[in-house]
Amino acid sequence: MMSLKGAADSLSDGIDEQWLQTKPISLWKTTLRRLLRRKTGIVGLILIGFMMTMAIGAPAFAPYDPEQVLIGKEKVRKREAPCIHLLGCPSERPQHLMGIDGNFRDQLSRVIYGARVSLSIGFTTVLFAFFGGTILGAIAAYWGGWLDNLIMRIMDVILGFPSLLLAIAIVAVLGPGIRNALFAISIVTLPAYARVMRASVLSIKEMDYVAASQALGASRLRILLTRIVPNALTPIVVLSTLGIASAILDAAGLSFLGLGAQPPTPEWGTMLGAERNQVFSAPHLVFFPGLAIMLTVLGFNLLGDGLRDALDPRLNH
Amino acid sequence: MTDHLIEVDRLTKRFPVHSGLLRRQTGAVQAVNEVSLTIRRGETLGLVGESGCGKSTLGRLIIRLIEATSGSVLFDGQNLTQASRDDLSKLRRRMQIIFQDPYSSLDPRTPVGNSVAEGLKVHGSSETSEQHKQVGQILERVGLQRAHAQRFPHEFSGGQRQRIGIARALVLQPDFVVCDEPVSALDVSVQAQVLNLLRELQRDLGLTLLFISHNLAVVEHLSDRVAVMYLGEIVELTDRDTLYQDARHPYTQALLSAVPVPDPMRRGKQTILQGDVPSPLNPPSGCKFHPRCPVARKTCLSTAPELRDIDGSGQHQVSCHTVNT
Repeated sequence: MMSLKGAADSLSDGIDEQWLQTKPISLWKTTLRRLLRRKTGIVGLILIGFMMTMAIGAPAFAPYDPEQVLIGKEKVRKREAPCIHLLGCPSERPQHLMGIDGNFRDQLSRVIYGARVSLSIGFTTVLFAFFGGTILGAIAAYWGGWLDNLIMRIMDVILGFPSLLLAIAIVAVLGPGIRNALFAISIVTLPAYARVMRASVLSIKEMDYVAASQALGASRLRILLTRIVPNALTPIVVLSTLGIASAILDAAGLSFLGLGAQPPTPEWGTMLGAERNQVFSAPHLVFFPGLAIMLTVLGFNLLGDGLRDALDPRLNH
Repeated sequence: MTDHLIEVDRLTKRFPVHSGLLRRQTGAVQAVNEVSLTIRRGETLGLVGESGCGKSTLGRLIIRLIEATSGSVLFDGQNLTQASRDDLSKLRRRMQIIFQDPYSSLDPRTPVGNSVAEGLKVHGSSETSEQHKQVGQILERVGLQRAHAQRFPHEFSGGQRQRIGIARALVLQPDFVVCDEPVSALDVSVQAQVLNLLRELQRDLGLTLLFISHNLAVVEHLSDRVAVMYLGEIVELTDRDTLYQDARHPYTQALLSAVPVPDPMRRGKQTILQGDVPSPLNPPSGCKFHPRCPVARKTCLSTAPELRDIDGSGQHQVSCHTVNT
């Protein structure tokens, strides 16, 4: 009997020690692992990884300077007849894989450099909207009362306008240009972030661990920053990945209309806008910038979907 | 120095109810209504009642986790309800709470050691290395291991989490702890472990406990005195043995008779209450218990009874018209 008990004790000790030796698993690490288990997440990560590589390594990958006008060099001539060919006019190959645009610049280099502009627009606007929305939403939900009403009614007013129209109006007032377009898109997308943050703070602040911090004597600000905000971030992180996609689309739209990035900046929307009359004579000039936009947006959407699944608390086990 | 650590005087909490387009206040939920009681130094006061009777609200009011509508709480002679922010933060060290749900009472994104250490950090009483030591000690005291401090809540079972919650409450060495149904979310086998741990800790650290539960057996096991709540009011308050043997309020009698007895021959005198607990939005007139009371009289419909001594010693208080002194 004694030996049995002793054996059981040593067994449970062994298990305990083994268990202690494994590393603690943080929630973000678990999330990453779960994200990588899903096909959508992997495809999204690959697409975004590809675009990011292009953006960062643009000088290495691009065969030409994206803003260099090639006329007079390398026997580049004005296109006389329409050339409907996926990889550019035969006369321009093989040195110009995607052809030459209307201003005699290498299209491939411009598409590659375009990744820089689009990705940075996407990240910057979302960063701005993320921080603005987090702060506004958290303040509104945590302090409540008239401040909540004031902040959320302003957000409702912004939401009341069609987003692209409001962005156009803001750019029209501030003047066209990439920086103003960025600002306009941030303002237009801000309310969604503020609302999501407010909703999740409202639910988190009723949790017992918040009451526990309060009982321990923590100040309201400390509770907000160390307990509530970190736990309320999950939905807004998902929204942000999806938001990058729509920010890129909005920026491309504004640029297409001539209100965003100005020529000669290689921006996909601007490129589409500049070559839109060539759709029938040289479709490859609009096909590739369009494809680039689509793949980037698709990548962020897939990643967002994957993240949403991976962060879903109902799938915790 | 009195022997009363907590003195609650006519404590009331109403939660306003807003409705309609303009969010006008259309009513109020009477969660706690004019409750007075005292808790002696070192004792365990059990607080029992059905769900929704306001026992958790009362517990949180006493340590001022929520603000009272009226009434006052004296903590060791100091007025807690009127305390300034600085005074309150000093008093917070001395009173803590253990929660019902071990799953929502720990921050899922914080290693449990940091959760436990939060009180030490907030009060800035010691250096970081000293804090680590204290956290390790208290974790071992509640039956966990030092190394568990780095782990996250989702790596623990319900019983272990509840131990962590206890460690967090006790690391500041408080005088008074509100236990808000600390075992009702746990398996029965784990319940016993946690209850015994609480009892041991109380004996060793000289804690004063307010033990909230709907489980009469658990309260009997742990309490020195027991208060019975119904719809935001205390209907009976006496020491444990008197309550379990000589309950006087018809509600307490009904509650006790509903406890299952593992003896098929001892059936019979069971009072089964009719109907549901009335809505606290619109409580009944007079004695709030009269619509369900088997011995209600005419006076019960119109006049609310007061909590009064029935045996002259101040040890047994009942709020009922039908109980003779």
